[in-house]
Amino acid sequence: MHNQYPRDFTNDQVPDEWFTWRQKIIKEQEQLARPSLSYWKDAWRRLRKNYLAMSGMAFIIVLVSLAIFGPILSPYEANMGVLAEQYQPPSAKHWFGTDNAGRDIFTRTWQGARISLFVGFMAALIDVTIGIIWGGISGYKGGRTDNIMMRIIEILYGIPYLLVVILLLVVMGPSLTTIIIALTVTGWVGMARIVRGQVMQIKNYEYILASQSFGTKQSRIIRRGLLPNTMGPIIVQMTLTVPSAIFAEAFLSFIGLGISSPNASWGVMASDSLGAILSGNWWTLFFPAFFISLTMFAFNVLGDGLQDALDPKLRK
Amino acid sequence: MFKYILKKLLIMLFTLWIIITLTFVLMVSVPGSPFNSESSSNEIVQQNLERHYNLDQPIPIQYVLYLKSIITLEFGPSIKQPNQTVNDLLGRGFPISAELGLVTIIVALISGIAIGILAALRHNRIIDYVVMGIAVLGISIPNFILATLLIQQLAVNWDIFPVATWQGPMYMILPVLALATGPMAIIARLTRSTMLEVLTQDYIKMATAKGLAPWKIIVKHALRNALMPVITIMGTLLVGIMTGSFVIEQIFAIPGMGKYFVESINHRDFPVIMGTTVFYSSFLIIMLFLVDIAYGILDPRIKVNKKEGE
Repeated sequence: MHNQYPRDFTNDQVPDEWFTWRQKIIKEQEQLARPSLSYWKDAWRRLRKNYLAMSGMAFIIVLVSLAIFGPILSPYEANMGVLAEQYQPPSAKHWFGTDNAGRDIFTRTWQGARISLFVGFMAALIDVTIGIIWGGISGYKGGRTDNIMMRIIEILYGIPYLLVVILLLVVMGPSLTTIIIALTVTGWVGMARIVRGQVMQIKNYEYILASQSFGTKQSRIIRRGLLPNTMGPIIVQMTLTVPSAIFAEAFLSFIGLGISSPNASWGVMASDSLGAILSGNWWTLFFPAFFISLTMFAFNVLGDGLQDALDPKLRK
Repeated sequence: MFKYILKKLLIMLFTLWIIITLTFVLMVSVPGSPFNSESSSNEIVQQNLERHYNLDQPIPIQYVLYLKSIITLEFGPSIKQPNQTVNDLLGRGFPISAELGLVTIIVALISGIAIGILAALRHNRIIDYVVMGIAVLGISIPNFILATLLIQQLAVNWDIFPVATWQGPMYMILPVLALATGPMAIIARLTRSTMLEVLTQDYIKMATAKGLAPWKIIVKHALRNALMPVITIMGTLLVGIMTGSFVIEQIFAIPGMGKYFVESINHRDFPVIMGTTVFYSSFLIIMLFLVDIAYGILDPRIKVNKKEGE
C-alpha cells in the first residue's frame, strides 16, 4: 500500500478530483496552435486571399444577376428592333447603342449572357454527372472493367469534338439542346479521367479498407468514402469546363451553326457586327466581345484560384 | 516499346472506323435529300441523279461502297459542283490549311516556350506578372473575336496588313496571329510552371555549382524536362488549332479546307461532307498517334512500366 491511490474500488468511491485534473491536462494538450479548420473552410480561407480569383467570382455573380434581371428591367425587347434607330451609338436611351436592325444591344447582351451561362452550366453539370459515374466505377472496380471502360474513353477522346458537334447539328437542326448534347457527347471524357485517377489513388487508403472489412455496400463506399475526397479536382475541372462550353457556343453561333439571328447570343451578335465594324460602328462588336472575353477570363482565374486553394499540398 | 506502339495503333484504327461509321449513320439519317433544293429537277431527273450517286441502293450496300471509296482514297464526285471530285477540293484546300496550321504551331511553340522561360526566370517579378497576365488574357479572348479586332485595327483603321485571300507571307500574319495567341498562352503557362518546378531540383543546383553557363543549364538541362508536359498537350492544341482554322479561314476568306467543309454542310453535299470529315479526322488522329509515340520515346518512364528486360 505504498501507492498513494487506494486500490480498492469495490464501493465505487472514486473521488471526482481525479478526473478533474486529468481532464485539465488533456484540455491543455488539445490547445491547438491555430483553430481547427475543415478542408472546405481551409480552402475558402486560401481562396479569399487570391484577389484575382475573388474578383472573377464577383464578376460571375454580377453577370448571373444581370442575365436574370437585365432583360426584365430593360424597356426594350431583345429580338425586336426599330429600323429607324439603326446603328445608334451608346447613349442615355440605348446604353450600349443599337445594332443593324435597331435592336438595343444592352438588352441583347444580357439575353446572350443567359444563353452563354445556360450552355456553360448545363455542359459542366452533365459532364460531371457522367464523368463521376463512369470514372468512379472504372477507378473503383479496376481490372478488366477498368480496362474496357478506359478503352472506350480513349476512342472517344480521339474523336474531334467539332466534327461531332457539326454532324449532330446537321442531323438534329441547330438549337440550344443540340449544342448542349453535342458538347457533352465527348466532353465528359476529361472529367471521367480525372475522377478515375483520384478514385484509384484514394481507394487504397486504410479507411476504405476499414469500411470494406465492415461489409459496407460498394455503392455506399463510393458515395460516402470516395467521392467527397475527390471533389477538389472535380470542382476545378467544372469551373474550367464552363468557359470552354461558352466559347464553343459562341464559336458555333459565330460560324452560323448554333443559335441564329434574330435570337441573341454573344456569338450571333459578334457575327452580325462583322460588316458593321468596317463602317466604324465599333460598339456592335465591342460589347459582345468584351463580355465573352471577360466571362471566360473570370471563370479561368476562378478555376486557377480554386486549383491552388483546393490543393492540400499548398497548405501553409 | 513495340507493344506500346501496336496498342496505340489498334486503338487509332478502331477510332477511325468509329468515326467513319458514325459519319455514315448520321448522314443517312439526315432529313432531306441533296437534290431537294434544285427547282428544275422533276421526279425522274431526281431518280436518275440518285441512281448516279448510288443513293437508291439499300443502306448496307451504300455502306460497303462508302467503305470501299475510303479505303481506295477515292471519295467520288461532289454533288453540288459536278465537275469536281472531293479529291480535287481536298487537294486544293488541304495544302493551304496545312500551311496555316504549321506556321501557327511553330509560332505558338517558339514564342510560348520563350515567354514561359522568361517568366520562370523572373519569378514573382514584374515581367512574370505581365507575361502571365497576357497569357490569361490570351486564353480568354476567343480567336474569332481576336481576328475581328485585328482586322478592324491593323487592316482597316491603320491599313498595315492586307486581308482576305491567300497570296503570300503578308497575308499570313494576321490569321496566324489570331490563331496562335491561344495556344501560345497555354504553352507559356505550362512551360512556366514546369520550369519553376524543375529549376528547384538538385541536379540544376549541381549544374550551377559545377559552373556551367546559365544558358546551358536552362537549354540543355532544365528545358528538356520542362518540355514534357508541353508535348503531352500538343495533341489537344493541334485539335484546337485545326478547329480554330475553320472560323479563321472564314473570317479571312482563306480558301482552305474549312471553307469547303462548312459549305458542304449547308448544301447537304454528302460526298464532300463524308470526304472532308474522314480526311480531317484521320489527319487529326494520326497526329495524336504521332504525339503519343513521340511521348513514349521521350519519356523513359513509359518504357520502365513495360516488362522488365526489354
